[in-house]
Amino acid sequence: MTAEHTAADTEKDARIAANRRRYEELKAAGDHAPASLPGPTPRGLPLPHGPLTREIIPAGWYHTLKLKTGEALRLALIDAPAAVSLICWNAHETTERLNYADTLKIQWTARLQKGRVLFSDMGRVMLSLIEDTSGAHDALMGGSTAASNRARYGARADVERLRNTRDNFILAAGKLGLDRRDIPPAITFFAPVGTDEGGGLVWGTDNRQAGDFVDLRAEMDLLVALSNCPHPLDPRPDYAAGAVEAIRFRATPPDLDDLCRNATPEAARGFENLAR
Amino acid sequence: MNAKGFFAAPVRDPKTAIQTHRVPAEAPWSGLVKRGQSIRIIDLEGQQAVDTLFYSAADFADRYSSQDTVRVQGAAYVTTGTRLISNEGHLMGVVTADTCGRHDTSAGACSCESNTARFGQHTRYLHACRENFVYEVTKHGMSKRDIVPNINFFMNVPIAPNGELAIVDGVSKPGDYVEIRAEMDLLCVISNCPQINNPCNGFNPTPIEVLIFAGDEG
Ligand SMILES: [Zn+2]
Repeated sequence: MTAEHTAADTEKDARIAANRRRYEELKAAGDHAPASLPGPTPRGLPLPHGPLTREIIPAGWYHTLKLKTGEALRLALIDAPAAVSLICWNAHETTERLNYADTLKIQWTARLQKGRVLFSDMGRVMLSLIEDTSGAHDALMGGSTAASNRARYGARADVERLRNTRDNFILAAGKLGLDRRDIPPAITFFAPVGTDEGGGLVWGTDNRQAGDFVDLRAEMDLLVALSNCPHPLDPRPDYAAGAVEAIRFRATPPDLDDLCRNATPEAARGFENLAR
Repeated sequence: MNAKGFFAAPVRDPKTAIQTHRVPAEAPWSGLVKRGQSIRIIDLEGQQAVDTLFYSAADFADRYSSQDTVRVQGAAYVTTGTRLISNEGHLMGVVTADTCGRHDTSAGACSCESNTARFGQHTRYLHACRENFVYEVTKHGMSKRDIVPNINFFMNVPIAPNGELAIVDGVSKPGDYVEIRAEMDLLCVISNCPQINNPCNGFNPTPIEVLIFAGDEG
């Protein structure tokens, strides 16, 4: 301690030390890795309950739907690899919406798989990833745009007519009474996007096939917009996408030892926030 | 040979700035940066995360998009040469200087609500970046729905190949800065992050300085 070290300095040092101590305690208690996540869901797992509605989204198109608390959505690849971008809003308060940044920051991971949850910007769980056959999804890059289509498929004479996810979401938001200010960044299922050692974005191992699906359980009443467009990193040379099935069904309600609720203390607190 | 190609870091005398703003610890700031002008954000004491958003001054619906920016870059981090892209695919600005090396744009801003999920209910009533953003954008006729995931200048959030993501000690030293040249008329909104629950601010939020320089063509 130097002679110039004042009482104010001492107080500041104590404050910093207290903050650091609290962080270390939280970090130790939280342990950033989940207790354990199960492997992927086997393809062919039937729905637990009969479908409420079923929609086939053709390649390049979008779909909007409402999900009530306790309902779930199965997104399934029907005939070929495809990618499905998703955004959603609290049906009763649309300023509350999917926040991909909070989703990955809160759960300390950019890798979405069975057992993870999707957070709103209000610290609450919107959707739980209760089943997932691939575990390879994009939580970093979002979907395609007119510009990304131009960059990827510029050689095609009809490139300007290729549909893209950004424009799909503008249309979807419009039909829900929302507008371009309301469109949050997306999470894209069935797009194996990750990072390399240097932080470069890479398309990982692509073993998508017909029959792959994710089941997303709604933890609040939601407005959902989906877009079925090829992901901008998809290395296939053609603008190729298969149709995607969106099946709404009644989910088994989460019990107290629910996988998604308990995977991490952070997710558990996200559920607590729903109940407040 | 400059590995960064044609992006030569401009060396400017801070005294030539046409505007200087000191942003106190934990406070918000917003201002206009005209096309061709450059904005320099200085981390005065080091290890201070600076959450930053950009909106087209002509159309606030056209705003910074973290996902479009990482897509166009092919890289998760922001550094010299990074083109900042809007949700409408427009070039908003270019990072022309960076003495720190790497900045996050995937982890978004802290908020009272996300803090409760991350750290527990006892952190609900701590000031947070989204509070700053909401407060500041209302001065420009916007609201909470206009807040999108931002850039975290000076914040170190490595993403591992297995997807694991961590917020680790800030790498910025006192006086480190980034400079962004505006490619359209921009509204810049800053939250000088109040977060005290992780190492991004060294557990001690500190002031920053914002300088704006005239464009080369005057
Ligand atoms: Zn913050």
